[in-house]
Amino acid sequence: MKNKRDNYAEVTFEAISENEAFARIVVAGFIMPLDPTIDQLNELKTIVSEGVTNSVIHAYDSKGGKIKLILESYQNDVTVTIIDYGKGIEDINKARELFYTSKPEEERSGMGLTLMEVFSDEFYMSSKVGEGTVIKIKKSLELSKEMSA
Amino acid sequence: MSLSVHFFLKSDTLFIRLSGELDHHSSSQLRERINTLMEQYEIKNIVFNFKNLSFMDSSGIGVMLGRYNQVKKNKGLLLACDLNGSIEKIIKLSGLYKILVITKDEEQASNYLGVA
Repeated sequence: MKNKRDNYAEVTFEAISENEAFARIVVAGFIMPLDPTIDQLNELKTIVSEGVTNSVIHAYDSKGGKIKLILESYQNDVTVTIIDYGKGIEDINKARELFYTSKPEEERSGMGLTLMEVFSDEFYMSSKVGEGTVIKIKKSLELSKEMSA
Repeated sequence: MSLSVHFFLKSDTLFIRLSGELDHHSSSQLRERINTLMEQYEIKNIVFNFKNLSFMDSSGIGVMLGRYNQVKKNKGLLLACDLNGSIEKIIKLSGLYKILVITKDEEQASNYLGVA
């Protein structure tokens, strides 16, 4: 059975580091009606923060560009899609390795994608060199609520 | 909410009280301020206090790893205190637990370092 989409939001913004906080506020606001736990809220904020930071730093090399954030909810499931139109990733498997970073000189921990995967229930990523990257995650707010109850 | 930082020195230890949100944007300013202090003063150890930090992502881990590499050169220690829920989870996942000293609060950190 395919769940009906209950809510939808889409926002496009400039790929500058100031907008990392903005994107976190957007996701926090979007999931508020679903009554998330503090952990779920923080995990979704982290997912968005990591994704947007990656686009700012890696996709656009801190020179700016466009990032699109799409939020959808289906009952208690939330999906977050982060799209950029930057340089793309040559080797996705390498990028997903824990502690791998293409920018060690900037003190990047190499944990961003791992945290996104750990904090979500489903994780999809596709990228094309020269065209950009799409990351989509799904997080169920019901599951962990039961577990923490 | 952005990041605000309160620094103070107790002998050769730099205490850093963080409040607000630590992300890629705010981490670059934090890093510069710590580096300036480390050039000005003889700093051996660093204590990060997370009590009032409401959010941190992997950029914060990057800052801590970078500072660990600095204090290590002078055989100093990196401490973290007052960890809360999700920040503790991220620090655990990062493996930072293996290289830093976690204490309950600043007092315990001071005692540990003998700078009370």
